[in-house]
Amino acid sequence: MFRPIADRIASGELRFTFDGTPMTARAGDTVAAALLVNGIVACRETPVSDTPRAPYCLMGVCFDCLVVIDGIGNRQGCLVPLAEGMQIETQHGRRHLEDIRS
Amino acid sequence: MTPVSDIGTLAETYDLVVVGAGPAGLSAAARAAELGLAVLLADENPAPGGQIYRSVTTTPVKNRAILGEDYWRGADLVARFERSLATYAPRCTVWSLSPDETAPGTFELGLSLDGKARIIGARQVILATGAQERPFPIPGWTLPGVMTAGAAQIALKSAGAIPAGRTVIAGCGPLLYLLAGQLAAAGCQIAAVLDTTPSANWSKALGALPGFLRSPYLAKGLKLMMAARRKLRFVSGVTSLTATGEGKLASVQFEQGGRTGTIACDTLLLHQGVMPSVNFSNAAGCAHDFDVEQHAFVPRVDAWFVSSVPGIAIAGDGAGIGGAESAALRGEIAAFDVGRRLGKLDEAERDRQAAPIRVELEKRLHGRRFLDLLYKPAPQFLSPPKDETIVCRCEEVTAGQIRDAARRLGVTGPNQMKAFLRCGMGPCQGRLCGPTVVELIAETRGTTPAETGYYRLRPPVKPVTLAELAALPQTEASVKAVVR
Repeated sequence: MFRPIADRIASGELRFTFDGTPMTARAGDTVAAALLVNGIVACRETPVSDTPRAPYCLMGVCFDCLVVIDGIGNRQGCLVPLAEGMQIETQHGRRHLEDIRS
Repeated sequence: MTPVSDIGTLAETYDLVVVGAGPAGLSAAARAAELGLAVLLADENPAPGGQIYRSVTTTPVKNRAILGEDYWRGADLVARFERSLATYAPRCTVWSLSPDETAPGTFELGLSLDGKARIIGARQVILATGAQERPFPIPGWTLPGVMTAGAAQIALKSAGAIPAGRTVIAGCGPLLYLLAGQLAAAGCQIAAVLDTTPSANWSKALGALPGFLRSPYLAKGLKLMMAARRKLRFVSGVTSLTATGEGKLASVQFEQGGRTGTIACDTLLLHQGVMPSVNFSNAAGCAHDFDVEQHAFVPRVDAWFVSSVPGIAIAGDGAGIGGAESAALRGEIAAFDVGRRLGKLDEAERDRQAAPIRVELEKRLHGRRFLDLLYKPAPQFLSPPKDETIVCRCEEVTAGQIRDAARRLGVTGPNQMKAFLRCGMGPCQGRLCGPTVVELIAETRGTTPAETGYYRLRPPVKPVTLAELAALPQTEASVKAVVR
């Protein structure tokens, strides 16, 4: 969905995974920015209707960029700087009964 | 300036805690430190600058022309702050502010950094929590691919990234033209700019034109608008917008003077002006009034930007939209009065030192009224006419549900509305639905936003984990509160 501009000042690349898929992004990017430049369309599903959502405001206001980072849910991706080796996952909506049974 | 990355190294208490490192916060913290106060500046972001000067010291954007000279001016504010003796806690979320019951007249703030929380004391507080974009509820605004104009600007400033495909920018306000110019300069493929400025606003704004003609906005604004109009497909007088797509944005439909159009696009950037971000000041108990010209709830402040709660000042756009340059000046003025209240300078000296800053501030605010009146959103973008439009993005409550509850159940205000529909009770705590819920209730009941009132907000104003709360040091009072 996003791409780097032509003359971007280079900095190191960090490796991370999104739902298990290896990806890289620029050191200094937030988690939300890293997902956007990797072409990730949606980062969470809503608790009410399980519809996909993506970062909306990028300034900590909307909470639509919520993701699971290293096992901790409800993190605001736009406020967390990306770190080497981070395991980022889609934040699925609320827990369903069948999830708990399995 | 001393940066802090471990919350454990913060002092127990500070003379002044400033929340937010935008222009107002940076100036307030620098000035207060220069007056000899022990100052902590806490900010959520990894680098100083707030949103307007976002990443000004760390941006990967090499070509300075892309962001424009106004942006780079933020570096001077940061440099002055860096020379000061203030303590700076980046990536630090402030989630509560309340009176310290053990030391009347002082405050306690709840802070989190890197998964650890602390309660820090403050003799005085300046909230410099700035502005947020006004909610712009249209059908389909929750689809991935729809973002705010501010979000695209933040991605450009902080990550050097722009929307990858066909992009449509829609709405009104100075930021819309600025962003269009910046994105175009950065190589973004802008399919169209859909301008929703109501033509009737021009006649209302004309009365304020003399002020605007003497303002620094004039040349800047005209240049931005002309550049956007010259280079881009520009559609003015847009009265309706709908985003459509399956699982993600595919196109935007618009109406303009009775005709309709559809533009296929990958990204839609929405903007309907900015308004004070009131969650923090509201939860801290500061009084707010509805400002008719800015069409927003604004904290009540005195000439030194002190709120209705003595000891809490609100500087910058958080106390009414005035723009970045005015925010820096307001931060400075607020800091002088903190200095007086804490005995660093007397009233006469405070007035003498603040006088030239007030003159500057007056100049910066010339023309603001013209912009407020010209870019006041059209009624259909404040209270969405289509019932299916989602208003509360978190709890997925629609305009139709809110109108229905206001009409049939006689719901009189946004707090009562929560009990019926849960609007405003999701993770964003009403930040993106509050203004629209108020508008819809007022419209349905034939009252005004001022009479309808706003959400009563409560700390924590930002999420804090149970582990962080549980690890806070226990006090005698906190133990007594739960042990019987």
